[in-house]
Formats: sequence, C-alpha cells, structure tokens
Amino acid sequence: MKVSELAAALDLKYVSGAQAQDREISGCYIGDLLSWVMGRALGGNVWITIMSNINIVAVASLTEAACVLLAENVVPDENVIKKAEMQDVIILSSGKTAYELAVKLYDITK
Amino acid sequence: MLKHYDISGTDFSVAGEASSNFKVVLKKLGISPDIVRRVSIAMYEAEINTVVHGGGGECDAEVLDGCVKIVFKDDGPGIENVELAMQEGYSTASDTVRELGFGAGMGLPNIKKYTDDMKIETQVGVGTKITLIVNL
Repeated sequence: MKVSELAAALDLKYVSGAQAQDREISGCYIGDLLSWVMGRALGGNVWITIMSNINIVAVASLTEAACVLLAENVVPDENVIKKAEMQDVIILSSGKTAYELAVKLYDITK
Repeated sequence: MLKHYDISGTDFSVAGEASSNFKVVLKKLGISPDIVRRVSIAMYEAEINTVVHGGGGECDAEVLDGCVKIVFKDDGPGIENVELAMQEGYSTASDTVRELGFGAGMGLPNIKKYTDDMKIETQVGVGTKITLIVNL
C-alpha cells in the first residue's frame, strides 16, 4: 500500500512530503521515545507518535520510516515542517488517537 | 574516505545532522542498505549522546577496508559508571532532554546492538571517546 492510499483511507492531512506520497508502507511502529523508536522502527513503517519536535525528522529519515503519523491533532513547528520537506520526510496528521489509527491501519492492510 | 563533523552542544535542532549526512555518503558509495541502517542508528545515538551529555564535540567517520569506523569525542563530564550506562533504561538525562523525547536510556544499548564492536574510553571530568565499528 502506498502512503497516498493510507492518507485517503484514514482521512489524513499532509503536513509535509506530499510529493513523496507514492512511497510504499509496510507495518507500523508506535512510540514517542526517540531512542526507542530509533532502535525498533523498521524501514517502511508508518510511525505513529505524538512527539512533534525537530528531532522526529532525523529519526524518521534514519530509520527510513515510510511516514510519520501525528496523532491527536499534534501540530509541529514551522521549522520542523521545513526540515522534513528538505529531507523528504512525509508527516501526516490526524485527530484520532494512536490506538484508533493503528486499528484502522490494521483493518485496511490485513 | 574520512568525514569530519563538529557537533554542537547547544543546538538540539541540528542534532542528527552528522548522521544524516554520513548516511547519504554511505548510500552514494553503494554500501548495502542493512549496513547503512545499522551505521545510521548507532551513529545517531552516539551523536545525540555527544550533544546531550558531552556538551558537543567532534566526530570522525570513515569507510575502511572491511568496516565503517566512527569516533565521537567530547570534553564533557565523562561517564561515572559505564556498566550502569550500558543498561537499557538507565539514563542521567535532564528533564528538558526527556521532554524532547530522549533520555530513554537506550542510547548505548542501541549502539551495542547495531555495531559489531564498540569501545568507550571515558574519564570523569575529562571527557569521553567512543569508537563504533560496523563490519562491511
């Protein structure tokens, strides 16, 4: 499944990286502790988090997560968005909780 | 092929720049994705440690025959108890650092997990040098 299909199915808003929406997704990781995510998220994962500071861009980029999915209407600063655009990191946003998003993601990818 | 990076100790917004830059270098050299990923994760953790604990420092990263070698050096407070610091979940990070999503006590354990060899040379009050090796 592509990020674009995920975004459409879960009604997600693009915060950054819309130009890279053809990226394929595989699996999901949920976490807010960056080192934890760094060591465990896999390439292609949808990373669901409520952490929105600048360092999520490096973590997403280095783990090669397919996208960052910010839950519960978390909005990152302008400089986070700028950096994400520079590094081709897709950030999506939703009003739903991490749990609700994960359940929906499971439903559409199972 | 040697890359040198200065690591700022105050600006969290650029933490990870060295790792991101070196990752691009490795990719361009055609190093396998699995190796690139392992190096990137270990290097990022060491870079964050240099910022958070070392107060900044420097890094030399190079691709040698058969391995990638990365050295981080700082003039920070040093590590009092390396054995304790190696335990998952143990952290001396400040609340401010924790609010940024760091300080989970996973830095050194992640480095150990993703490298083939790591060496820590540290002296309290003098600084820390950590050497990471990932075999090609």
